[in-house]
Amino acid sequence: MKGYAGKLLDVNLSTGNVKIVELDEDMLRFYGGRGLGTYILWKELGERWEKVDPLGEENLLLILTGPLTGYYPGIKTAVLAKSPESNGVVGSVLSSEVGIELKASGYDGIIIRGKAREPVYLFINDDDVEVRDASKYWGMGGVELHRTLLKEVHDELRKKAKLRGVPKEPAMMYIGRGGEEKVRFAAIMSKLMHAAGYGGFGAVMGSKNLKAVIVKGNKALPEVHDPERFKSLLREFQRELLTLTTFRQWGTGAGGYSVGKDRSSQPVRNWQEEYHDDERISVVNFELKAWVKKYWADYGCPVNCMKISYLRYGPYKGSITDAPDYELMAYMGTNLGVFEPEKVVYLSYLVDELGLDGINAGNVLGFAAELYQRGILAEEDIGFKLEWGDEKAFARLLELIVSREGIGEVLAEGTYRAAKRISEMKGVDAMRYAVHVKGIGVGAHGIRSDLDYTRDISYAVSVQGGDHTATAGLPARSYEGELVNAFYDSAVICMFTTRPGFERIIEFGNAVTGFELTPEKWFNETGLRIIHLQRILLLLGGPDVHWKPKDDDNPERFYEPLPTGPVKGKAPTREEISEKVRQYYEQVGYDEHGIPREEVLEELGLSEAKREVKRIRERLGL
Amino acid sequence: MGDDESVWILVTPDKCSGCRLCEVACSLEHEGIIWPEASRIRIYELLPGVNVPHTCVQCPDYPCVNACNFDALSVEEVTGAVLVDEENCTECGACVLACPGNVPRIPTGKGSVVICDLCGGQPKCVEVCHEAGHDALTLVRSNYRSIYRTFAKDPVEKSAELARKMYGEEFLG
Repeated sequence: MKGYAGKLLDVNLSTGNVKIVELDEDMLRFYGGRGLGTYILWKELGERWEKVDPLGEENLLLILTGPLTGYYPGIKTAVLAKSPESNGVVGSVLSSEVGIELKASGYDGIIIRGKAREPVYLFINDDDVEVRDASKYWGMGGVELHRTLLKEVHDELRKKAKLRGVPKEPAMMYIGRGGEEKVRFAAIMSKLMHAAGYGGFGAVMGSKNLKAVIVKGNKALPEVHDPERFKSLLREFQRELLTLTTFRQWGTGAGGYSVGKDRSSQPVRNWQEEYHDDERISVVNFELKAWVKKYWADYGCPVNCMKISYLRYGPYKGSITDAPDYELMAYMGTNLGVFEPEKVVYLSYLVDELGLDGINAGNVLGFAAELYQRGILAEEDIGFKLEWGDEKAFARLLELIVSREGIGEVLAEGTYRAAKRISEMKGVDAMRYAVHVKGIGVGAHGIRSDLDYTRDISYAVSVQGGDHTATAGLPARSYEGELVNAFYDSAVICMFTTRPGFERIIEFGNAVTGFELTPEKWFNETGLRIIHLQRILLLLGGPDVHWKPKDDDNPERFYEPLPTGPVKGKAPTREEISEKVRQYYEQVGYDEHGIPREEVLEELGLSEAKREVKRIRERLGL
Repeated sequence: MGDDESVWILVTPDKCSGCRLCEVACSLEHEGIIWPEASRIRIYELLPGVNVPHTCVQCPDYPCVNACNFDALSVEEVTGAVLVDEENCTECGACVLACPGNVPRIPTGKGSVVICDLCGGQPKCVEVCHEAGHDALTLVRSNYRSIYRTFAKDPVEKSAELARKMYGEEFLG
């Protein structure tokens, strides 16, 4: 087994027991990361999936590397669990050195089960694994955790092995107040501004009373299959990635202005528009007003797409965040009618510190503001006015959400569940303003203009719903499908370092692992196996939400013609969407109801999953 | 030591992006595998964005070499680099304690201390840092200058200095 450490840590927080699980052949059939995590969740929980409360003791939290983690340029770590947002499996991948530190400790990942009685953190230092008290860190955000917990652990490691020199800093993943309060869109955070957002796994971590995971590995990464080939491909890829000049100069924030202006696909005021021509939110203004570090990279990354904004003066002094990246420029900016860089930086900093997924937080804030605009939510429902562009009001609402006070209690359940609740409370159809797919707020790339990378069924049929990093398309078994992203999430690499291309990255993977993977094999076997299993678990759902085939659709909003911009009037028709959804089902191997076909499951070596398919059919009355 | 041909790595932490291509290059060159803790240059990031490259500065009086009781350390004549004889090293840690910058590292599983050998005069880390467009590491070819000694500093201390510069005193808490 090359490229893998060959073992997983299995930590039971209820009992404090720690054991080692060897990676077996069945696990390797799912490659790693998102694939491996889906398999583990199915294997352990599949039989009673509908009954498993995502925020209950029974759910598993998986922190996983993939075979390319640490070898491929850039570092990512995958997080999976039964999602409190979609009730299926979401593979959420964040920028964090926990991945490489795990491999350097001799593990491919961690299975976390049960629930600690008191707040704890998990400490891993090579063979030393401990569940430790975290009571005094409960309530802290990232800035405070870095000043205290991370510093204390580093001091301790340094003292412990004084004669071995100063170890580098351990890597840390943690939750903020959002996760502690089990806000459904809470993120797992790393390094102040990186988040595993989609999925709501901060809430899962909080439900387990787990404040942080801290890892320091001292060993070499596992051996690779073909060292010479690996080294030469690595050098080739590094050089190629150095040429990504737009990302290097501006990061994804380059889109803050242009995605609206040029592509008409940026959420503006809860997606009422997708076009804007407001130059204030141009990335150059963020550089001018806020950046203190223009080139920031994670482990082994030649791209340097990250930039650090830090406000050194003014009313929001002390706010620190990534550039922000494009997604938060949109969701903490345009979607809330906020266009001034300092205000966007401030709101992004707040969601980071509270440990919320900025995308789904911005989605729910925008949803609430539109309800206020339409008079569905009144000032007395909220406690204050909620006007577009009023960053102070949005900041207050975030505080209500993480305190679960007043309307915050409703909104803390995320846009989809809040819409259901408000519809009941007010006797109106609030769902038409909820821009989500399968409980997951849609990423900041719309589909109406057809000028972006997204396709009209990108979200409708994706096994990860509104996740803009898991978009689907036709033909299903091709680069247009969701299979390619599933590969990157399973290899556990960053999609912004994939310029060398799918084929060559597979080749790189083969040099590391010794597998004989090909794009065809991924499209028709390994990757397809992952998608089918995710689809099954998504359709099982429960206990509070079960998706039906009719939910393989766009949010209502996406059928409203774009009201402004150069492609004003554009929107897909329901007929073309349902035809494409049908084609997608057929090509990917689902039946006419969108359920994985039994013979396809057999071909994929997933015969056992037929018992789950049977339950889906029963529920749907088929 | 042939002063005229000695080389020295000038570290400018302000320019470091934390990409750690230097660590990748160094550990591949010396260990044949990616091994962050065995890299002879390590980038510390105790606070996010505060990236501090840390490597040997070749003090003129070589306290590490003098502290070694097992003939495991010597000075390379041309470059002035400290060379490690892995066979002789007992991992006793005397050099670690002697170093004013806390630079030497004995990573788990290595079997000896690791110290920068300047790659025989063509350091891979400097090459890749330049190629990556950062030049946080640059090569100085000249006689020894006394200022070099001031670069021998603990990584935690260097981190605090850079953090103060980037974020101000209040951010350190």
